[in-house]
Amino acid sequence: MRSETQEQEIIDGIARNDNASLEKVYKENFGLIQNFVLNNNGSYDDARDIFQEGVLVLYEKSKQADFVLTCKIKTFLYSVCRRLWLKKLQQNSRFGVPIEQMEEVVPVEELMEEKEQLDMNFALMDSTLKSLGEPCKSLLEAYYFEKKQMAEIAGQFGYTNADNAKNQKYKCLMRLKKLFFAQYKQAE
Amino acid sequence: MMDEILLLDLVERYLEGNLDESQRVQFDAMRRQNPDIDNLVVEHQMFLNDLAQYGERRQFKHSLSETHNKLVEQNEIIEEAEVKSIAPIRQFWLRNKRTIAVAASIAGVTALAISGLMQGIAPKGSQSYLQQLNRKMNQLEGVQREQNKKIDQLIDSTDISKIPDKVQVSAGTSFLIDEDGYLATNAHVVAGSSTLIVVNNNKEYIARKVYEDAENDLAILKIEDKDWKSVGKLPYNVRKGSVDLGEEIYTLGYPRNEIVYNRGYLSAKSGYRDDSMSIQIAISANPGNSGGPVLDKNGSIIGILSTRDRQSNDVVFASKASNITLAVEALRKDTSFQDLNLPKYSSLKGMDVVKQVKKLQNYVFMVKGY
Repeated sequence: MRSETQEQEIIDGIARNDNASLEKVYKENFGLIQNFVLNNNGSYDDARDIFQEGVLVLYEKSKQADFVLTCKIKTFLYSVCRRLWLKKLQQNSRFGVPIEQMEEVVPVEELMEEKEQLDMNFALMDSTLKSLGEPCKSLLEAYYFEKKQMAEIAGQFGYTNADNAKNQKYKCLMRLKKLFFAQYKQAE
Repeated sequence: MMDEILLLDLVERYLEGNLDESQRVQFDAMRRQNPDIDNLVVEHQMFLNDLAQYGERRQFKHSLSETHNKLVEQNEIIEEAEVKSIAPIRQFWLRNKRTIAVAASIAGVTALAISGLMQGIAPKGSQSYLQQLNRKMNQLEGVQREQNKKIDQLIDSTDISKIPDKVQVSAGTSFLIDEDGYLATNAHVVAGSSTLIVVNNNKEYIARKVYEDAENDLAILKIEDKDWKSVGKLPYNVRKGSVDLGEEIYTLGYPRNEIVYNRGYLSAKSGYRDDSMSIQIAISANPGNSGGPVLDKNGSIIGILSTRDRQSNDVVFASKASNITLAVEALRKDTSFQDLNLPKYSSLKGMDVVKQVKKLQNYVFMVKGY
């Protein structure tokens, strides 16, 4: 049995995008979730999707400064994935679905609400970025996601200097914001 | 516009902590005095947070699929389950099987009656209402190519082309389903051809038809050419689960001699006249697109583009990907095809479409029938 500190170290690793921690979580938990999904009418693809969704929830929680895991990682993932799979089954079927419970679970309702909000934000930002077109999309991605320096970006996109690239970046960002908020209002 | 940019730059540097002490004090004072500026700061901070969160999630999803593929390859995780006792959902099914079966058969009878009516009303000669999307080479074009080739041969006496001394009758698209040179395409693309040439990146290979399912318009080809080299692990897989209405899809194909990308969406889960082995998609497709892969946003194959409605350009039908799975199962019963394996994982998941298409190009071939 692993100590709480060791579990917390893995969580911290996940939060800083450490591949070794992610692999560890993957290796130790995938089998359990896969069995659960396959034994409850799911396919291999379903198992993979549900497990990855679950780890995503853990990742996004781990990024929050005030997050403390109050149970084992395994219990957390099992509870979340179980809830996600239940929901998917209910969406696909007119009958209520009884699900076998193999492991202990912790309440996840609050997490699910949070996740839905994040899913919505993600979908919204995704479609806005795509509708922005090129070169704006790649320019913003290079600066905000890949954290490249303005001078490097200027070279890559063929601007005469970093200041020009920066101006262009702000113009793109203003357009992105405008589009995002317009869509956001529609979604509300 | 310029002022706006300067202000935004100031706000961003303030948020990043890149202002020096005196500038920061000044800016703080500005925020207190001017509520508009204060609003802008708060709004911009929230927006940048959302943007960063989006970027991180996208990156993380990508790491997840990479980790998955890596661990599967290293056999650290295995995609199979020990099926324990009968799970409750199956017990439920067993208990209620009779009721469900009765309900299903009633639905089935109704559906049959309706489709019967439809067929009665519909004009005869259904086949002509569908247009097969292979390119038929007209005689003249064929003859002209023939002459061009002869001229080429005169100029360059070494015969580099594999094109046989025959007239080309059909052209379409195909894609690899196994790294050892197995390709899927439409049966109608290769029907009536005695010699098949597949082309990718201007390289021609001789191929042979090893399987045909005319009913579901599917054929499997195998490249049998000494110049062929295995391309390594395929980046896409064949999707097993069900598809959803409205899913974004795209295709690659050869309506011209150049590879062409098109996108659209899934418009019905069944094909022409309720054919349950095909799907209907809305996409712009032209002769030559036949046999092309239809992929979902994760880079998994969900079908093979085959025909379109003559009356409306946006009604296109594709043979379901499950037909490929069935064909492979049938082929593998023959000992000489036991090494044929469909790719299980898509490494395209999480990539944007431009990158997906770039990777895919090496796996989609033009088919020429002679």
